[in-house]
Amino acid sequence: MDEKKKKIVKTIKIDVDKCNGCRACEVVCSAFHATPKYSSNNPARSRIRVIREPLRDVYLPVYAGEHAKAECMGRDKYVIDGKEYDECDFCRASCPSRDIFKEPDSGLPLKCDMCEDDPPQEKPLCVQWCVNDALTYEEREEEVEEEVKLEDVEIGLESMVDKYGLQRVMDTVARMAKKD
Amino acid sequence: MRYAETGYNLEIDLSRGNIERVQTDPRLTELHLGGLGTNAKLLWDRVPADVEPFSPDNLLIFSTGLLVGTPAPGANRTIISTYSPQTLLMGYSMMGGFLAPELKYAGYDKLILRGKSPNMVYLWINNDKVEIRDASHLRGKGAVETAELIRQELKEPKAQVAAIGLAGENRVYMASIEQGRSSASRLGLGAVMGDKGVKAIAVRGTKDIHIARPAEYMQLCNDVLQYIKVRAPNLIPEVMPILAGLGSPQEMLHTDEKWHTENFMWGNARVRRKDFWNKEIEEKWKNALETVRTRLISCYNCPMKCGAIISAPGVSTYMMKCFSKLTYTMAAFVDDLDFGFRIAQRATEYGVDGFSTPQAMAFGFELKEAGILTDADFAGCPSDNEGKFYWLLDRIVRREGIGDVLANGTYWAAKQIGKGAEDYAHNNIKKHEQLPLKLGMLNPIYFLMYSTGEKLNITQIEGNFPQAPFSTMEVREAFVEDWIQAPDEKFKKYVLDWELRGERSMPFYPPVDACCEIVDWQEKMHHIDDALGICAGLSSFPLKPPYHIHNLPAFISAATGMDMDEAGLTHIFNRNRNLVRAINVRRGLRRADEKPPEDHWKKRFPELEEKLLDAYYKFKGWNHEGIPTKEYLHELGLDYVAEDFLRRGILTDNEGTPSTSAKTEKK
Repeated sequence: MDEKKKKIVKTIKIDVDKCNGCRACEVVCSAFHATPKYSSNNPARSRIRVIREPLRDVYLPVYAGEHAKAECMGRDKYVIDGKEYDECDFCRASCPSRDIFKEPDSGLPLKCDMCEDDPPQEKPLCVQWCVNDALTYEEREEEVEEEVKLEDVEIGLESMVDKYGLQRVMDTVARMAKKD
Repeated sequence: MRYAETGYNLEIDLSRGNIERVQTDPRLTELHLGGLGTNAKLLWDRVPADVEPFSPDNLLIFSTGLLVGTPAPGANRTIISTYSPQTLLMGYSMMGGFLAPELKYAGYDKLILRGKSPNMVYLWINNDKVEIRDASHLRGKGAVETAELIRQELKEPKAQVAAIGLAGENRVYMASIEQGRSSASRLGLGAVMGDKGVKAIAVRGTKDIHIARPAEYMQLCNDVLQYIKVRAPNLIPEVMPILAGLGSPQEMLHTDEKWHTENFMWGNARVRRKDFWNKEIEEKWKNALETVRTRLISCYNCPMKCGAIISAPGVSTYMMKCFSKLTYTMAAFVDDLDFGFRIAQRATEYGVDGFSTPQAMAFGFELKEAGILTDADFAGCPSDNEGKFYWLLDRIVRREGIGDVLANGTYWAAKQIGKGAEDYAHNNIKKHEQLPLKLGMLNPIYFLMYSTGEKLNITQIEGNFPQAPFSTMEVREAFVEDWIQAPDEKFKKYVLDWELRGERSMPFYPPVDACCEIVDWQEKMHHIDDALGICAGLSSFPLKPPYHIHNLPAFISAATGMDMDEAGLTHIFNRNRNLVRAINVRRGLRRADEKPPEDHWKKRFPELEEKLLDAYYKFKGWNHEGIPTKEYLHELGLDYVAEDFLRRGILTDNEGTPSTSAKTEKK
């Protein structure tokens, strides 16, 4: 049922040399995604994280991507211009190997949604708040196969199902519904 | 629900190992906002006036500000307060960085330490889980090194750590508290932390901070960011480059040091080298900075880049900001800036104040030259300028030999040494070393700020008003045209009328009354920042900053839901300011202490200076001795202070008869 469709590809260009490590991107991301919007902020809930190791000059903004059910079989470690990054630093996955891109209370995965909003934002909030232009925004049009987009709740439920099995999640939801 | 703040303090009794999470009274936020304001309230209420700084009864308070951790750009300051071993008065030093927001996300507005730990410990605050952990293996480690070791030990790379070095452990009066790119350096707070047996504080927090009126608040934050984008690159003409933009002095960015090296004093704040800067030096110093500077960096949620990562070959990496690249270099008479970066690395690991420490060392060597200290005091000291300074720094932080004396700062060291040494401790205010700056003509605004400031650092009271008149009417008109920060139109007139020469020039212009208003305004902005936790670099320190008296009330209202306007905010400032003064008055501060260093200006005007001080005291609601009057304290809702003053005889029922012998007076 997938068909070719025109789609805007949204890209955030990350210039690590321009990052001053302020984490304003984390602040505004978590504020934007609060309910109601901007009512709270908490960088631990942010869908962008600045991997920041000042003494090694590692300043690396990374966006939350797809949830990964399992750890990779091996780990990658980059050395760029003599600067060594930690294992998995460039990876966007919310995955069992580490604690970033997970809701701090529930452990549920987080994923960057490019600040989908109504009316739409001109740029994702992290880009708007990056005064040093370490983050810049680009759009281009592409023909792609349309995908079914999951809502936040579905992403969360899917990961719970992965972990505990569908039956147990359904039982739990049913039990909770009864309590209410 | 509490907005902007968490509503909880974390109280740790180090003697008993007791840890408590204590709910705070929301009324205190209405009265004092937070940060410095509520710190002062805690010190007044809980630490009696006669408590020694190194007593278990002294409190060491690490506070966030009211807006810290909210999206307000630059709201990241840790405001640390205690009684200072250097001045014996209330010591409050602050730092930016990342600690205070982390503390708030962990669920606390303040960390309050009392008592003394029998063994060296560090604190690990991880949301609701708080531990006092053994730190015996960290004894003697550098401050930067300690932070790294703790992060590794806890397997928590995202923990923010504030630590002391050897200087704090050994209660050196100029010991700082270091935190990555930031430090609380003034007034010996690191010594109090060391005295309490606390090597470091590590914090990790993952909780929410709530905003009362979110959409309104975000709009205000966005306006500030937009303003920064426009203002930062638009430098104010006729103002030296490091001060013409925003942020704290842009010492890590700029390489032209003609102004500092030729106008600030070398050695023990005495020698001016008017022809120092030349092409060769310029090239060499530019190269020195660019070689070691890896990246320009900021504090939490701030677009500025006031700090830098410094990697000098052969020594471990550290972070630096502001003026400390020059303080050691100039105090030691070394013409090579590379020395400045290398010795500052060691000094940062030791955890010492980059202002006072070089002066204490230069003071020591001057006493040796004068024959007041002897060769025996310096046995083993190398003879070259660089080697001498390294040697003495090592002695001071270990309190060895003459280092043990100089570790008490120039004021106390001079008293200990005697033999006329006091004349060499010439650059102090209220017993604390100041910038090595010696000028010609008295500046009446600066006279008042130096004399009456209680943060004991000129950068913590000056700021929003130009330091000197602009040269032509054209420049002045351009300056006032978009000066939205001025609290009142009359401040524009002072700028327009202020001339370099003639009748309307210093020291008689601005007139006395105008000087009072200008000083009060500048101090007000600093106090508001210190209560809110906003960095002075975006607010009270530069000219034409994004935060000012006209938009800050809206920030407070939208963040907290409290009703706030300019008059209300000014009232809170006055309350906080007078509470700080009250604490110091109770510890003996009087008019006689309120003066700049003797030789700060060559041309002095004793009669005018008396007039200035009289007028300013009156303007502030203080009596002739600089003590807040009973009536004014009542107006501020500080009757409990007035009652205390009356009980101690600091005030008498007969106003205007100042007391000269307070019970707790210490000199």
